[in-house]
Amino acid sequence: MIAVTARYFAAFRERAGRDREELTTAARTAAELYGELASRHGFADSMTRCKVAINDELASWDVELTAGDEVLFFPPVAGG
Amino acid sequence: MSFKITVVPIDADARKRELTQGTTGACVTFEGWVRNHNEGESVQALEYEAHVPVAEKEGAKILAEAKAKFAIEDAICEHRIGKLAIGDCAVWVGVTAAHRGAAFDACRYIIDETKARVPIWKKEHYTSGVTGWVNCATR
Repeated sequence: MIAVTARYFAAFRERAGRDREELTTAARTAAELYGELASRHGFADSMTRCKVAINDELASWDVELTAGDEVLFFPPVAGG
Repeated sequence: MSFKITVVPIDADARKRELTQGTTGACVTFEGWVRNHNEGESVQALEYEAHVPVAEKEGAKILAEAKAKFAIEDAICEHRIGKLAIGDCAVWVGVTAAHRGAAFDACRYIIDETKARVPIWKKEHYTSGVTGWVNCATR
């Protein structure tokens, strides 16, 4: 188990009812953590349409998490 | 080259003056405006949100890609966040080049990639009083 911080934006923040939370998780990758949080908070967007950033750098979903990481979950973007 | 997220109205004339001039034969600009309807719903206002550190990093990457792919001299993109009214300019792209072809192509590339990759979100406030995040699943 490792301790990480999850941060939520836009629709995810509203769905989770918070913009961040400290977690202790058995998830090894960002994808596994998304799976865990999606079922807890009811995120309905498929991971392929969302993005993840770790410590303010965009990352791939299969990147391995490290203790202390700040994991940013981005719902489907809609700029312009 | 600069990609910026701003909370104040976009000053298109000022941005244009910042673009390289003199050696430049073409300047193509694009403005994205807030419209009063989307997918059959009547829209009253829009709220944009961004995660600024990642948005500006990814935006800078897009501009660098455009510079590598097309024969352009300079490019600027500015995206506004916060609550916007109908008709407001939400995003501005300006590209200069020696010739128009590269300027058109690069401008198109920058706005398309920005919409697809940069962490910016849009919440529509409908006249019915309901709100909705564009592109996001609802359940």
